Amino acid sequence: MASPTIPITPVKLTAKDFKSDQEVRWCPGCGDYAILAAVQGFMPELGIPRENIVFVSGIGCSSRFPYYMNTYGMHSIHGRAPAIATGLSASRPDLSVWVVTGDGDALSIGGNHLIHALRRNVNLKILLFNNRIYGLTKGQYSPTSELGKITKSTPVGSNDAPFNPLSLALGAEATFVARTIDSDRKHLQSVLRAAAEHEGSAFVEIYQNCNIFNDGAFELIKDPGTRDEHLIRLEQGEPITFGADNRYSVVHPEGSFGLQVQEGGTPLVHDATVDDPAYAFALSRLSGSDLNTTPIGVFRNVKRPTYDNLVQKQLQDAQAKAKGTQEQMLSDLLNAGDTWTIL
Amino acid sequence: MAAPAKRVEQLDRVVIRFAGDSGDGMQLTGDRFTSETAQLGNDISTLPNFPAEIRAPAGTLPGVSSFQVHFADYDILTPGDAPNVLVAMNPAALKANLADLPAGADIIVNTDEFTKRNLAKVGYAVSPLEDGALGDWSVHPVALTSMTVAALADSGLSKKDAERAKNMFALGLLSWMYSRPYASTLRFLERKFAKRPELVAANKAAFQAGWNYGETTESFSVRYEVKPAKMLPGTYRNITGNAALALGLVAAGVRAKLPVFLGAYPITPASDILHELSKHKKFGITTMQAEDEIAAVGAALGASYGGALGVTTTSGPGVALKGETISLAIALELPLVIVDVQRAGPSTGMPTKTEQADLNMALYGRHGEAPLAVIAPKSPSDCFHAAIEAARIALTYRTPVILLSDNYVANGSEPWLLPEVSELPDLQVSFATEPNTEDGRFLPYLRDPETMARPWAVPGTPGLEHRIGGLEKADKTGDISYDPANHDFMVRTRAARIENIPVPDVEVEDPDENARVLVLGWGSTYGPIGAACRALRQRGLPVAQAHLRHLAPLPANLGEVLKAYDKVVIPEMNLGQLAHVVRARYLVDAVPFNQVSGLPFTAATLENMLEDVVKNG
Repeated sequence: MASPTIPITPVKLTAKDFKSDQEVRWCPGCGDYAILAAVQGFMPELGIPRENIVFVSGIGCSSRFPYYMNTYGMHSIHGRAPAIATGLSASRPDLSVWVVTGDGDALSIGGNHLIHALRRNVNLKILLFNNRIYGLTKGQYSPTSELGKITKSTPVGSNDAPFNPLSLALGAEATFVARTIDSDRKHLQSVLRAAAEHEGSAFVEIYQNCNIFNDGAFELIKDPGTRDEHLIRLEQGEPITFGADNRYSVVHPEGSFGLQVQEGGTPLVHDATVDDPAYAFALSRLSGSDLNTTPIGVFRNVKRPTYDNLVQKQLQDAQAKAKGTQEQMLSDLLNAGDTWTIL
Repeated sequence: MAAPAKRVEQLDRVVIRFAGDSGDGMQLTGDRFTSETAQLGNDISTLPNFPAEIRAPAGTLPGVSSFQVHFADYDILTPGDAPNVLVAMNPAALKANLADLPAGADIIVNTDEFTKRNLAKVGYAVSPLEDGALGDWSVHPVALTSMTVAALADSGLSKKDAERAKNMFALGLLSWMYSRPYASTLRFLERKFAKRPELVAANKAAFQAGWNYGETTESFSVRYEVKPAKMLPGTYRNITGNAALALGLVAAGVRAKLPVFLGAYPITPASDILHELSKHKKFGITTMQAEDEIAAVGAALGASYGGALGVTTTSGPGVALKGETISLAIALELPLVIVDVQRAGPSTGMPTKTEQADLNMALYGRHGEAPLAVIAPKSPSDCFHAAIEAARIALTYRTPVILLSDNYVANGSEPWLLPEVSELPDLQVSFATEPNTEDGRFLPYLRDPETMARPWAVPGTPGLEHRIGGLEKADKTGDISYDPANHDFMVRTRAARIENIPVPDVEVEDPDENARVLVLGWGSTYGPIGAACRALRQRGLPVAQAHLRHLAPLPANLGEVLKAYDKVVIPEMNLGQLAHVVRARYLVDAVPFNQVSGLPFTAATLENMLEDVVKNG
């Protein structure tokens, strides 16, 4: 991990080391199983001792995640994981803190904490499992459900326009923004790797299938028969093309603010390190609810001072200037100002 | 400044109220006068009173800001009921405060502001200075603004800037009247305007002009002295409750040898604690101004989970928002200090006015059976010790603790006998470092038999990796449990954990040991209740006083104390919240006495009420 304050263990860990003794209790066929296996399989790569890793979650199906990781973990309350993790991470620079959240948890009830964690650039790795539905409460529409979605709470269709989570994160000044898919283990792990290497907030949207309440939501970009025509794999330094024989290109039409998909033409070469967030934002706008042209991979990966480092630096600077023991300093502090003595 | 040539009268106590427009610098003036008075060794109690608006329209009644200081040659308990002296910087300040003045009190008015326009703003058709309306009082008309401007004629300041120094003229005059030592004020001005030497000179000149005016004018024939009070030996400083509370949190961190993490969102009247703590990074204190009240407590809890002393400071509306996270802290059994500087509610209420109406919320305001510890400071300087006590309970018993301050103690001030650091309680705790079962497992909910606290195993500790959360825990293992018997057991255990925290017995003050009436109070009413009781005893009417610092758990001897009296009276700045608790818990027919005006009780109000109870039962 890119934070020099987090220790590295010489002990070689395996995926098994990261499995807790708790029985995993998601619905059979849930996309969360694949994500859990991918994360457990990836964790040894970090080289971080298990005790220095913490998973913090909110509420929802995804938020059961910490129980299954044999690290430190907190299953907190709905929407508040980024806030709790901020206090932990800012005060403990030796920890690798991961937030596991869902579309309802992060974008509805916890929207405020998410955007503020991102703007502060707290050293958190935020994994948002997006299944576009409320699963734990049994099937209401979520802030990423498509307009008109028919659910238990919207029998004639929802009237809410959805969030584009990546656009939201970019608008909140996120320094690392990526998207991946639950069923593509290799891609998921490559994105986790990049997120882990990023110093600061890393926001990862994981398209995750809820086979009970929103089955097949991402089928268009998962089904081998259709995905290649709709899935855009972003690779750093590579032209952005997709489809059979790379027949589609993502281009920047002259005079346009945004990007477009077209047949043929000169594709853009992907560079997630572009400082101007307009580029990553334009990429994020290529996909809507219909998933017709959906980029996955790392959209944005730029450097900015982290909240954690800034907080720690202020403490260290103040402590470097301090003279005497804490008790002496406290005594001086209490006795500061206009005092008088009665004999 | 020449020696006084006028008649000097000795007084044992004086109450002065400085009142003006909120832009007139009355808080500063009062604060400086208080500091001078402290230097002299009088006992002091102060009460600021200001509007929520930063600058209400100038010259209007809502814009009036005042600062009351009570000083005496004996120990006093309140900022005083009624001022002996009112300094009124404009007609609004006069009109807003006149009703509080007893006949014969001195009124010093700034006549320059008694213009037709300013009089009209507050509904005076004719100037009260001219129509005899102030006949009951001793009025001293002073052209404060114009004399200040004249004194600063050579200062190079614009007229407008010169006028702004009029509060220093007023301070100079009052300092002369009450023979205050003023060196600390001159030093203060040098510090405050260090980068603007012309303002240092101007403010000093205005101060001196005010002093000289008192000495030379015939409008003031008498000068007063109030001798130093007999106070316990030691070093003192004057301190507000919010400042003392902040220093208490610093001290708690030092004595616990833990970093303090404050998560806070700005809110009146608690923000000053955030401001103060943000200055003390060298003690390892992190202050985070969070995006909202919920994040503030969440971050504090996250820091506690990581091994810090997590603290959040707020007022009632903030506590309402934090409720769910406080419940989580109860389930997680982690230390957390929640400071509620109470203000008048409900909703936004009156943010700058005081009230004690958050007791129910502190005790019960969460979903489920969610007990925690609640304590309340009784005076400004006591906020220091109450903060340490809150931290001690939180750390020792791994529980959230709500510290119920209020606007009255938060912004009021009094002399504080400075403690020796080495005599403060030792708050050191030990983190879990090893498995806690014979077969080498770590059970995060295996309790210490004495404190009932679970181990505090912070991330970074090898071998103790575990998961905690808001779902019900199985006893000992902390695993998720829906077992009915386990839930019943855990609910009762969480209640017992709090109920079993040892707290000191409540003490009864009944010097003649013949009282049949007990007055029970909590928090900031200590001063007015104490003053009322003293006054009654001096008149030969016995009355006993007991005051609660711990509201949860309650002192073990409270029931016995209450039952020893014929009558128990409970004055509160709410509609009887403690009285409810006492009646329900002890089956004592306690009589509530309630005031929810946004202002503290006056001693006289309580004295009248108690006199009736003592005489008539």
